[in-house]
Amino acid sequence: MTRPQLTARPAPEPVTRALTGAQSLVASLEALGVEVVFGIPGGAILPAYDPLFDSTVRHILVRHEQGAGHAATGYAQATGKVGVCMATSGPGATNLVTPIADAYMDSVPIVAITGQVSRSAIGTDAFQEADIHGITMPITKHNYLVQDGADIPRVLAEAFHIASTGRPGPVLVDIPKDVLQAQTTFAWPPAMDLPGYRPTTQPHNKQIREAAKLIASARRPVLYVGGGVLKAGATEELKELAELTGAPVVTTLMARGAFPDSHPQHLGMPGMHGTVAAVYALQKADLLVTLGARFDDRVTGKLDSFAPDAAVIHADIDPAEIGKNRHADVPIVGDAKVIIRSLIDTVQGKAPISAWWEQLDDIRGRYPLGYAEHTDGTLAPQYVIQRIGQLAGPEAIYATGVGQHQMWASQFISYEHPGTFLNSGGLGTMGYAVPAAMGAKVGRPDTPVWAIDGDGCFQMTNQELATCALEGIPVKIAVINNGNLGMVRQWQTLFYDGRYSNTNLGTHQHRIPDFVKLAEALGCVGLRCESESEVDDVIKQAMEINDRPVVIDFIVGKDAMVWPMVPAGTSNDEILFARGVRPAFDEGDDC
Amino acid sequence: MSKHTLSVLVENKPGVLARVAALFSRRGFNIDSLAVGETEQPGISRITLVVDAAEQPLEQVTKQLNKLVNVLKIVELDPAASVQREILLVKVRADLTSRSHVLETVTLFRAKVVDVSPDTVVIEATGPKEKLEALLRLLEPFGIKEMVQSGLVAVGRGAKSITSGTTTLRAA
Repeated sequence: MTRPQLTARPAPEPVTRALTGAQSLVASLEALGVEVVFGIPGGAILPAYDPLFDSTVRHILVRHEQGAGHAATGYAQATGKVGVCMATSGPGATNLVTPIADAYMDSVPIVAITGQVSRSAIGTDAFQEADIHGITMPITKHNYLVQDGADIPRVLAEAFHIASTGRPGPVLVDIPKDVLQAQTTFAWPPAMDLPGYRPTTQPHNKQIREAAKLIASARRPVLYVGGGVLKAGATEELKELAELTGAPVVTTLMARGAFPDSHPQHLGMPGMHGTVAAVYALQKADLLVTLGARFDDRVTGKLDSFAPDAAVIHADIDPAEIGKNRHADVPIVGDAKVIIRSLIDTVQGKAPISAWWEQLDDIRGRYPLGYAEHTDGTLAPQYVIQRIGQLAGPEAIYATGVGQHQMWASQFISYEHPGTFLNSGGLGTMGYAVPAAMGAKVGRPDTPVWAIDGDGCFQMTNQELATCALEGIPVKIAVINNGNLGMVRQWQTLFYDGRYSNTNLGTHQHRIPDFVKLAEALGCVGLRCESESEVDDVIKQAMEINDRPVVIDFIVGKDAMVWPMVPAGTSNDEILFARGVRPAFDEGDDC
Repeated sequence: MSKHTLSVLVENKPGVLARVAALFSRRGFNIDSLAVGETEQPGISRITLVVDAAEQPLEQVTKQLNKLVNVLKIVELDPAASVQREILLVKVRADLTSRSHVLETVTLFRAKVVDVSPDTVVIEATGPKEKLEALLRLLEPFGIKEMVQSGLVAVGRGAKSITSGTTTLRAA
């Protein structure tokens, strides 16, 4: 993936035309280079759908607005471009709330366009009225309620600019029906008016020099890499910096793919379900070089015992992230690509870190990622996910739901390229996988796209497979069906004495729903796999089907658990390698 | 915890106040006082906020405020280097026997009587918070029937203006 062009693309010749608000909206989307909109029409947005009918912009009719939002997110995460979704007022708009909150937490550039009741009806509790502008204020980077049709081109240009620059995020544009219907003028390119929006992209040289000094003298450095590196398109620079310094690299859940998993300096994912080596490295480090990461609680564990000996360099494009959770000794505000390039140019020499690597290699060797084979004859979910990763390879895109399968997909698939692992990291939205895979496939039609989903997640958004079947979006869905809400069940096993309150979904016991029949009903090919010997064949079979979506129902054991694990609210030092097995950290770590 | 006075320059657009207020409640900060008004520059409003927060959370809330697209500039005003005023309107019981004592207090505080009835007076006073509190303490024995206070407004002392530079930002 090359670094995408995120900024608004003005039309070559300035134009001014008399149009309706709706036509102006569609003309603006065209001028901004939008290739696809995911949405559902309804009363208030209806005027916009008329000009959209004749537009070069492709509209994909989804089955639920939540699907439109996650599809826009999947599209944006896979391509780096702004994803666009559209919905009508009231319930259409409120159905977008979850994907908007999701995109906000994961800093994904999407623009949501919603119809609103006519201006004269606003505030009267009119039919299908909801104050989506007010509702989404705390979950958008910015939002608009358009009061005048003449503002539409400017508002759209600003929305795309805000969504895609600085720390990316969702922007909502709410347009009343009468504004869409009224005559107005369309002038392009519009002049943006954003005096209060000035993201800092150029880092301070003084801070870069300070950081470079710390890096050169650190004896136990770690590059703690977050999703910001992917957003900045800085993966080449990251590799260069890593190799220049020789420092170990950890990539958070949002940064999987930012640094090749095959690289010997990569220790894997840190955090609650990270590798022992990655967690150990952070805990024992004397310097964290934090690049586009935000010290999330799932990474730090109990904050006051996180990386206790480390000085912190914190580079982020969002100044509010710096010092929010952990004090930064060297704060650097700016674009990760520029920052890493500046560090490469400034760092001179390095302290000997071979003793550090000896420790890390020892830990890595003693505590590799792995899983126990089941003794009850059931299929291991980790094996299924690992084989999908091996057979589909690092060129494919993987989108996951939220839960155990998400963690296993992060752990047991090797990511080599940016934009190949899509998931809901911040909000943890079950149901993300199918629509996000749909959006990713639309954005990168020549790349195989797999959704690794759970049976719980899949039942939240699988209706978008009808969209995929009809729109020619041949995604592949691996349902890791353990018959339960697996992650919740795991916590019940560990922390609630195995009292399995309301986690059995019945997808094993009663085979309700029958995912193969459901897949067929949705216009997909449905396959089932119940034993290890069938796994490779069924994956290969799915890989050969490219004219429609495929769903594979993998019937896996319900007792598999995600390891390692740092129990919530405890220190990273309490990491468990497996149930009741605590790694011995203190052997020979005096360097 | 300590009190901090923030002057926030914002674009005068619908919803700006809601954004600022919502941000405080979402991030768990309390607003002690809030005042909004126009400035000498058309299109720019000034929100004066008094917040009770320790240094680190204050920095966080300032940074979060700065991220709001409609926020142009935030300046913390040091009480020692700024003029800070609130306005108080208080309706005090004042009949024939007590009225002269009430009026004496009004004069001492350089406050004004802005309405009179046979049994009450309405007093207007401006000043820093401490002065208004002192006035209220002295009026209390007479019987306070009703009172209303504005949010605090503040301006830095000296020739410098915090709004200078915001017009050039607009053109940039």
